This record gives sequence, structure tokens and C-alpha cells, in this order.
Amino acid sequence: MTYTRRETLVLGAGGLALLAASPALAVTADEAVAAFTGGAEMGEGGLEISAPEIAENGNVVPIEVSAPGAEEILVLAPGNPAPPVCRAKFGPNAGSQRLSTRIRLAKTQDVLAVARMPDGSFVQATRTVKVTIGGCGG
Amino acid sequence: MADVKPRVKVPGSAAAGEAFTIKTLISHPMESGLRKDGDGNPIPRKIINRFTCDFNGSNVIDMAIDPAVSANPYIEFDAMIDAAGEFTFTWYDDDGSVYSDSKAIDLA
Repeated sequence: MTYTRRETLVLGAGGLALLAASPALAVTADEAVAAFTGGAEMGEGGLEISAPEIAENGNVVPIEVSAPGAEEILVLAPGNPAPPVCRAKFGPNAGSQRLSTRIRLAKTQDVLAVARMPDGSFVQATRTVKVTIGGCGG
Repeated sequence: MADVKPRVKVPGSAAAGEAFTIKTLISHPMESGLRKDGDGNPIPRKIINRFTCDFNGSNVIDMAIDPAVSANPYIEFDAMIDAAGEFTFTWYDDDGSVYSDSKAIDLA
């Protein structure tokens, strides 16, 4: 079927619009977890997340994750437009497997942490944080 | 970036094998790439994407950082030494800049 020039233009414009409209696809929380664990089952226990129950300012939410003996801890904010927060690997001179930082939370959500233990197993923990003013500039 | 300043708090000395806390702060806007300026144009992403701390060449912590970490990233963790030496802290920026700081520490 031959397209008229007009039809081709419309098709082309439509295609471009589709491309332009799709935003850079952020990694979802599930994808980030799967990439970290390789799909392995996650247990519970041995990993703690400390965070305020209510975050006054979603731009600066203090959190602490601690997993004694862990090799690496992954932190995600599944309710954010871009869920990955950080991934910390602990080396031989680490004094503990604990990390404190401040994060942005776009809205009330369950902050998720996954830790990899030296025996190759994974554990996860979540913590609900209520956010009154979202912190992702949206 | 002239205004990116790291600040690190390490005790002057520590007993061998005993954990102690290190606090780090670096001034950096951590532009997530999700904000829009006054005209509605997205402000490009520019963040510190990695932070490492080594002691006498041996790694303490190696952290991959995503835009969900707040501006002026504060990172606190525990370290342990077995000899006197020096901590090196390195922050890696999206644009390739590398900021670093170091602190000497004695054995108590």
C-alpha cells in the first residue's frame, strides 16, 4: 500500500511522539531486587531499618540500615519515581555493617532493604515512612 | 566544581579491632534529573554516584549512590583499624569529577 505524503508525515509524527512521550524507564524496585539477588528467595531477620515514622520533609529523611555480618546492603524506595537509593558493600576494614544516610522520599511508602550475607543468602526488611511533603521535586 | 566541599569526622585515634564511627558530608546539589526549571525544561541529572572509603589501601565501604539520596549527602558508617594509618575518602560525580579527602589516625 503506498502512503500519500500526508499519511507518511502523520505516521512519522505519531511515531516520534510515542518515542518522545516514553520517559527514561526507571528501574523498578522489583528489577533492582532481582538484579541484586539473582532471583533468590529472601529471608527475614538480621537486617534492621531505622527511619522516622513520619518524615517532616521528604527531601531529607534520615535512615539507618544495619545487618551484622552482611557483605552488601541494597536500599530501595519503591514509592519513588526512581526506586534505587544506594548499595553499600562492606570491606575488610568496616567496623560494622551499618550505614546511616539521608534520602529523598516522594511519598508515604515502605522503604525496602535487602542484605546479602556471606553464605550467599539474602534477607529483606521494610519500614513504613509517612511523608507529608514529598521530596522528589515533583 | 569549586563549591563541592567534603567534610569528614574521624577520631584522632582508635584501639585496634574496635569499631568506631566515621561521619562524612559533601556539599553537592544531587540534581536528580527529575526536577524542572522555571520554563518547564528538565534539569539534567548530576549526582555523586559512588562513595568509597579505604584505610591504608584496604576497603572500608564502597557505596553506589542513586538520585534518591538527599542533597549534600551525609554518609555515616563504622570502621576498624589494626595499625596507624590513613583513611582516604573518594566521591565520584556523574560528570567524571572525583573529590577526595583523607584523614590520618593513630592507634590508641
